[in-house]
Amino acid sequence: MVEITDVVCSLCGCVCDDIVVEVEDNKVTKVKGACAVGKSKLMGHGRIESPAIRENGSLKDCSYDEAIKKAAEILAAARRPLLYGWSSTVCEADKVGVELAEEIGAVIDNTASVCHGPSVLAIQDVGLPSCTLGEVKNRADLVIYWGANPAAAHANHMKRYSYISKGYWTEEGKKNKKLVVVDVRKTATAKMADVFLQIEQGKDYLVFSALRAMLYGYEDVVPEEVGGISKKDLLETVRMMKEAKFGIIFFGMGVTHTGARHNNIVNAIQTTRAAHTHTKFNIMPMRGHYNVAGINQVCTWETGYPFAVDLSRGYAWYNPGEHSATDLLVRRECDAALIIASDPGAHFPGESIRHLAKIPVIQIDPFPNPTTEFADVVIPAAISGVEAEGNVYRMDNIPIRLRKLVDTEYMADEEIMEGILEEVRAIKGKESE
Amino acid sequence: MVEGELLIRNGVVYDPINGVNGEKKDICIRDGKVVEEVRNPKVIDAEGRVVMPGGVDIHAHIAGGKVNAGRLFRPEDGRKGREAKTKVCRAQSGYSVPNTFATGYRYAKMGYTFVMEAAMPPLAARHTHEEIVDIPILDNAAMPLIDNNWMTMDYVKSGDMDLLAAYVAWIIKATKGYGVKIVNPGGTEAWAWAKNCDLNDAVPYFDVTPAEIVKSLAVANEKFEMPHSIHVHGNMLGHPGNYEVTTSTYDLVKGIKPYRDRPTMHATHTQFHSYGGTTWGDFESKAGAIADYVNKNEHVSIDLGSVILGDTTTMTADGPMEYSLYQITGRKWTNHDVELETGSGITPFLYSGKVSVHTIQWAIGQELALLIKDPWKVALTTDHPNAGPFIGYPIIISMLMSKRRRDESAADMHKAIYDRAALPSIDREYDLYEIAIVTRGMTAKTLGLHEHGKGHLGVGADGDVAIYDISPEERDAGRIQKAFLNTKYTIKGGEVVVKDGEVVATPAGKTYFVTPECDEKLTDEMMEKLKDKFEHYYSVTFNNYPVQDAYVPNPYEIKAPWRS
Ligand SMILES: [Zn+2]
Repeated sequence: MVEITDVVCSLCGCVCDDIVVEVEDNKVTKVKGACAVGKSKLMGHGRIESPAIRENGSLKDCSYDEAIKKAAEILAAARRPLLYGWSSTVCEADKVGVELAEEIGAVIDNTASVCHGPSVLAIQDVGLPSCTLGEVKNRADLVIYWGANPAAAHANHMKRYSYISKGYWTEEGKKNKKLVVVDVRKTATAKMADVFLQIEQGKDYLVFSALRAMLYGYEDVVPEEVGGISKKDLLETVRMMKEAKFGIIFFGMGVTHTGARHNNIVNAIQTTRAAHTHTKFNIMPMRGHYNVAGINQVCTWETGYPFAVDLSRGYAWYNPGEHSATDLLVRRECDAALIIASDPGAHFPGESIRHLAKIPVIQIDPFPNPTTEFADVVIPAAISGVEAEGNVYRMDNIPIRLRKLVDTEYMADEEIMEGILEEVRAIKGKESE
Repeated sequence: MVEGELLIRNGVVYDPINGVNGEKKDICIRDGKVVEEVRNPKVIDAEGRVVMPGGVDIHAHIAGGKVNAGRLFRPEDGRKGREAKTKVCRAQSGYSVPNTFATGYRYAKMGYTFVMEAAMPPLAARHTHEEIVDIPILDNAAMPLIDNNWMTMDYVKSGDMDLLAAYVAWIIKATKGYGVKIVNPGGTEAWAWAKNCDLNDAVPYFDVTPAEIVKSLAVANEKFEMPHSIHVHGNMLGHPGNYEVTTSTYDLVKGIKPYRDRPTMHATHTQFHSYGGTTWGDFESKAGAIADYVNKNEHVSIDLGSVILGDTTTMTADGPMEYSLYQITGRKWTNHDVELETGSGITPFLYSGKVSVHTIQWAIGQELALLIKDPWKVALTTDHPNAGPFIGYPIIISMLMSKRRRDESAADMHKAIYDRAALPSIDREYDLYEIAIVTRGMTAKTLGLHEHGKGHLGVGADGDVAIYDISPEERDAGRIQKAFLNTKYTIKGGEVVVKDGEVVATPAGKTYFVTPECDEKLTDEMMEKLKDKFEHYYSVTFNNYPVQDAYVPNPYEIKAPWRS
């Protein structure tokens, strides 16, 4: 038995890096310090066993070489290929993805497109006053979760970084802090809150506006009730914000995907700036997948833009809403897709999935999911953070290196992508001869 | 490096480190290095054009978290520099915040072969290195920010300079960094509470002053045979009347002996620190006072931070400064404070020749270059992209070389230039030798890189050569600017990477990093305190913190022994 410390969890945007695992006979047998979902990922569960190609409706096992070759043929022949996913793999694989997209003039998009894409648009509008999670741990005396329920979705977030964690100016943990939760229902997180503001569905924009007006000293324009929250409670929240030494708003999908969508986030950021005229105030999106921040980073430094990048012109063209993955599919524009480390089969709107099911689809993933049901080439990958190492970016954009814990026969995402790129170049080289 | 021989004949060579001033001279390169002679070389005929060593940029923000945050929140900037992929080059985007590939190509086209990334937050060092790997052609290094660190401030307070040196050694090694970078010492820590610090204010909760931090880090730096001095962005950047803070900062290290014949402090983007007046209303140039100090003293070198008119993206670890700038413009603002170490702010900015303050800023950068007598104390920079993007360097070169061009430009700008700046009254013009000094000789020497083959063309140097398509007699500012934007040839390690202004090869650059060698006992003692910081305050574990070797695929190590 070997004990490995400082293991980095490859599940959610928390990227906890203090996990301890035991490995016996090349298998993870014990996990300490991870949340339940993280533990299950590290322990391993049912996976795609073999590369396979669909023939007459059913998947037939084949070799890696055959699957990679088939994938390359599909992509090289496509006129409007889409390369999608990238959030649950390492940056090294993402980089090869961007290179492949350039090579074949593809649209490359990632899961931010259907989660925090609106947050990115808001940041491009007004910027983002933020910080690392350790800043929150050491300094924050006011933590606000808005449209986010970490107790369920980011189980270690409060313990490691925010409300419950202990730091330099917060030696006694939650005794030194106040917790405000804004949500449409009384979630597990809301039950812990000092102040719970139960907001009506889709009224976030109004409530941010009210808080912002109050922070700038215009409380007289705010009516007695806004979005289901009483003025009294709003005033109390504003008092807490002004009196805090260091405040932070963590926001989740409850804000990005309701009502005014990206304008909600613009308003949230402007509310943070209003609070900043009184004291230190920051804001941070609760990123979901462990490396969704990373693909945004890689895509930005390589193409100039974080998601929904169209390389069909030879240079990067960025216009989300025109050629984000779902737009492309709804318009039935795309004629082949590579799906890596994600599951549009479960997360895209029905109309997009219907088109995806009709066109050739290559899936690269360690695990089967609804996308596997209609994929034409399925390529199993090593599990990043268990069987393969590589760089990832935590939700606060801190880069951390995933560790390799056990050996595997499966190819890493990076190697598979390099194989496809090489084959595509060979095909295109022959064509131009 | 490429194997084989290359002969550059008939060039007029400017190689200031070797005292070569416009001599007709052949350059011989074998297996990537300059040699005495070659036998069977490929030949490039320079046809009497200007030949210089590859350019060395001492200070630019080209890779890492804040550069990328700048790209991410400015798609409008990305749209400015689009160029399609070619057989050789990746797709390009961006003007003030170009993508990594464009960064490498554009520098190479200007004849540069080395760039120093000026500010690396230690906790995010992996990010800086990941981007550097994606910058083609350029040799590179990055300086970790060490001044707002809690470890640093703890030792400054206790006065344990040896333990501070042990920490400095550890963090430079852990980040694969090059030297000690200081940015608004104490002020950035204060910014974590939305406050700021002047030079002699106490840093909130830490009970030390910025002045003490600067002085202590200079002492710690000189305990090793460090190739570079401390590299300082002082307090009160961008504030009217800050020039006295600037000279007081220089004074702090006056008595400290450098380990060898180089300054004890490199003061960066000095334009932003040479301001007179009390408000933006009576704002004026104090470049004269700064130049006077630098002329009379030997312990300080500077770089310009010269302004390029137009839109740019400002970014610095000086969080409070970016906040003030955003309050002036009302444009978008991003901020990212980094636990126990540093911070950063980013905001777009437009320098307009119609605005008095911007016009005076524009004048100050050039005044510094022209009023400091010895060009070996001056490096040409724009603090890319803060005072303007690096592709504006050829504009500055043409201004420094042509009084006429400066006068013509001034005539189009705000009239404040005639009564609150000195530039119109300065007649000096740089010659090509001086240009070579401020763009490669001085910068390589100040970074200590001349001993590692950069910035000159002596035997043993790297075969990095720029051939500019002008004759040595050229005085036309427009033609000078054009020539310095796109070389006739750029040669990197003996390989032609640019020909007639087009990138023709994209070899990977080397990453230079320094290994300060510290006594084990001291390191162990320091380590106790450091591990406690990780145990209780960092959000990343001690073992996951140091940059792994995988992030530096082309390493070049420089050892810096402890000075006995
Ligand atoms: Zn700078």
